[in-house]
Amino acid sequence: MIEHIAAIVVMLPIISSVFVMLIRNNSVNWLISTTASLITSIASIMMYFQISKNGNISYAMGGWEPPVGIEYRIDEFNALFIILISIASFLILLYARHSLVGELKENKISTFYSMYLLCLGGLIGILSTGDAFNAFVFLEISSLATYILISMGSDRRALLSAYQYLIMGTIGATLYVIGVGLIFVLTGSLNLHDISIRIQELELYRPLYASLAFITVGIALKVALFPLHAWLPNAYAYAPSVGTAFLSSTATKVAIYLLIKYLFLVYGYDVVYSNKIFVFVIIGLSILAMFGASLVAIFQSNLKKLFAYSSVAQIGYITLGIGIANHNGLIGSTVHIINHSIIKAAIFLAIGCIVFKTKISDTHELAGLGKKMPVIAILLTISSLSLVGIPGTVGFISKWYLIIGALEQGWWLVVLSLAISSLLALIYVGRVIELMWFHQPEDAINVNSKSLPVEMLAITFILTLATVYFGIDTRLTAGLAEIAVHNVLLGGQ
Amino acid sequence: MIEYLIYFPILIPLITAIAIKLSWPIKITRKLILYFGPILTLACSIYIYNKFDKLNSNFDIINIFDNITISLGIEPISMVFLIMVNTLWLVATAYSLGYMISNNEKRLGNFFLFFSISISCANGAALSSNLITLFIFYELLTISTYPLVTHKGDEQSKASGRKYLLILLGTSLCFFLPAIGYVYHLSGGLEFVDQGLLFTNLLPDQINNLEISILLILFVFGISKAAVMPFHSWLPAAMVAPTPVSALLHAVAVVKVGVFSIIKILVYTFGIELLHGLNIVDLLVYICGFTIIATSIIALKQDNLKRLLAYSTISQLSYVIIAILILTPSAIIAATMHLIAHAVSKITLFFAAGAIYTSTGFTNISEMNGIGKNLKVVCFAFTLGAMSLIGLPILVGFTSKWYIVQSAASDSQWIILSIITISTLLNIGYFTPIIYKFFFTQKNANKKFKDLPLTINFAILSCCILMVILFLYPTLIIEVIKNVQ
Repeated sequence: MIEHIAAIVVMLPIISSVFVMLIRNNSVNWLISTTASLITSIASIMMYFQISKNGNISYAMGGWEPPVGIEYRIDEFNALFIILISIASFLILLYARHSLVGELKENKISTFYSMYLLCLGGLIGILSTGDAFNAFVFLEISSLATYILISMGSDRRALLSAYQYLIMGTIGATLYVIGVGLIFVLTGSLNLHDISIRIQELELYRPLYASLAFITVGIALKVALFPLHAWLPNAYAYAPSVGTAFLSSTATKVAIYLLIKYLFLVYGYDVVYSNKIFVFVIIGLSILAMFGASLVAIFQSNLKKLFAYSSVAQIGYITLGIGIANHNGLIGSTVHIINHSIIKAAIFLAIGCIVFKTKISDTHELAGLGKKMPVIAILLTISSLSLVGIPGTVGFISKWYLIIGALEQGWWLVVLSLAISSLLALIYVGRVIELMWFHQPEDAINVNSKSLPVEMLAITFILTLATVYFGIDTRLTAGLAEIAVHNVLLGGQ
Repeated sequence: MIEYLIYFPILIPLITAIAIKLSWPIKITRKLILYFGPILTLACSIYIYNKFDKLNSNFDIINIFDNITISLGIEPISMVFLIMVNTLWLVATAYSLGYMISNNEKRLGNFFLFFSISISCANGAALSSNLITLFIFYELLTISTYPLVTHKGDEQSKASGRKYLLILLGTSLCFFLPAIGYVYHLSGGLEFVDQGLLFTNLLPDQINNLEISILLILFVFGISKAAVMPFHSWLPAAMVAPTPVSALLHAVAVVKVGVFSIIKILVYTFGIELLHGLNIVDLLVYICGFTIIATSIIALKQDNLKRLLAYSTISQLSYVIIAILILTPSAIIAATMHLIAHAVSKITLFFAAGAIYTSTGFTNISEMNGIGKNLKVVCFAFTLGAMSLIGLPILVGFTSKWYIVQSAASDSQWIILSIITISTLLNIGYFTPIIYKFFFTQKNANKKFKDLPLTINFAILSCCILMVILFLYPTLIIEVIKNVQ
């Protein structure tokens, strides 16, 4: 059993999603989904221990040996992300049961669970697979499931946002496949590990860079790297709260992983970073994302969109670390992927609680919330502050690594932009906090009498606590990220 | 056992805060807790002070990553600062109880909750033994005082709160944090080290004057709690808070954490010898000198008493920075001495201003004709506080000014000397008209005076006594600071 563990973590959510689709009883389906994601989480943790004991796992799917067959290749780097997204999905599913009842029609809920699991399976697939084309397949699986998840939002604009994402996502996937095709022509292989070896022997650089450009842009669409982010704010704003929390803490993060994997494990540092234009573009776009998206967030009046734009800005931080590309910069990126997942899950779940009670969608409707829902308001305040990077929270840890990384490169301007973008984050977060605590509502907030279910509150609380806990004890975040970066990305140097 | 003692000054105020909030409905226990917390913290601080030799080392609480740890430690400057904060906390608690109840302020439970949390953060900053710990407590202090600034909840206090948060957090995130990162990048550590981390860790050929200058600028402006121009405007804005907050936080804890941090960073991170002969130090002296004189001139024109005191605070903070920028061992003594002297004097002035408001409802100086006849104690205390800041003998302000002048003169820093002379004249210029108004003008015969609660008078008198005691026994502080390497 244990030797098939790499396949189990991918197949279990996908197979369960089929059952969930067939059963169509909401409570049973919730139970199946939660159990499936719990088992996946446990299995992924077991897998991590196995890797740290016995070294990387290379699993030949269906017994077809690589490079001909599809290889699943798990190292400390992607194992870490599998743990992250499976645990995040598990926690969000625990939260989902009551939240979905409030936001979706009764007969849609089973579909939601099914698509949720399918998306989870697809994402873990992208993380585990060592095959360029198989990654594309999983990318499509997860994307298709995502389109459905988004379109299920109660607002009619959800349909439009899903369609917008569908178009953009398909363009991205197409570009990705073109890139993969170019690599295949150049190297004659689809196995990523195999490609990375054959690339060393290549002498033709122009097509190689062309493939790099296609793949980077294709994935950047999924990452929502500025200026390819247009789909994200709408998608986040109109998806059901649970869906938003899930997407923001997993989907974009997995796409970023894929980008890092291509840059460091397939093309290799020397090929990518000898190209100064690439470095300039990625750093430039990251900084534009940090400024541009934060500025939009400052003037944003839709609550979920505000935090969606903040996500675009935070993704800028992550890609900035990729651009810095030294030891500390990469740890900064990796740890910010983890930290941002936790922060955004906490924030969107808190918003989910607010929506559950009040049905508000605009920021100005938050006025006076501190009195009506003090606990949720406190939780949202703490998690928003960690978005700014207040010390003692996770946001600070990522920022610290990025600053040190940029300083090691001697890039003062980058340090300055990091600092200024924290200031911008402070402004939009400060607006939300001030509205909640110090403004009187124009007309009384319509708080319904449904009491907030315990698990919704508990999960929000746990995630908010995590934003503080991992800001102080970073063994599980920065510690593991450091191992991953050191052993995998930089090849143990 | 003794190792754990060092956590107490942080934990006790925190526990006090929670206990006050929980026990607020019960009148007797809440009063008990309100006084018990400061007394216990003060006792602890003094005990730590006595066991100073045994504790002269660092205690790591938790390792965040690499060699970045949250750790506490004790050294002379922090000891003095710690005892000062907690002594004044005790006095201010008595005062706030009287003030808040007399003025019918609302949400007292919340007020004391955040008040105690702020003290906990200030104590944490005092005990920090590396830059990152200092930074954490510095930021937490900003956040925990924000609800106090906006306590009234009206439009004006919200606007001030916004300014407060934006300037304090903004400068610290933009300048302070990158500066810490750069120190780490240069030296591979962040601890406070005798003679200075950079001075001891860097080889002479690694020292680049430009880098050191940029770092110094980043630190001085990043720590905008010290209110050096142009990042001073949060302080007058924060005066919308109730007077006890202005007194304890915006004259003592918050701003003093700012200058205290600058002193610590100059002494223990740079090392004063590293900074000798840098042009940037002269530039900073000019900036601080400008701050001192400009704010004193602004203070001359103020009619609102609290705003006047706020501008006077800004100028006095720059005094401390100018004093440390003399960069001699005696300058450390002078700066710390002035830090304490200003804290005690300014809290007296604020207490008096608050007492006048409680009794008469006056906030503007132009209204305060002849109130000295009815509010003898208060106006007398105000006069003493003003005299102390001007630097007249038998009060602590004289001692500190003496030390500053002495160390400036022995290092032939004529610019600093002339700045101090001009500002003393300006001090006299803005304080004497007020005192004159108190005692020598005709009062409005119809004005009714409310009786002041005993606690307010008690607090004001104890501050006056403190000013005299510290004048008589400056060795209490100097003997400790002399141990700074």
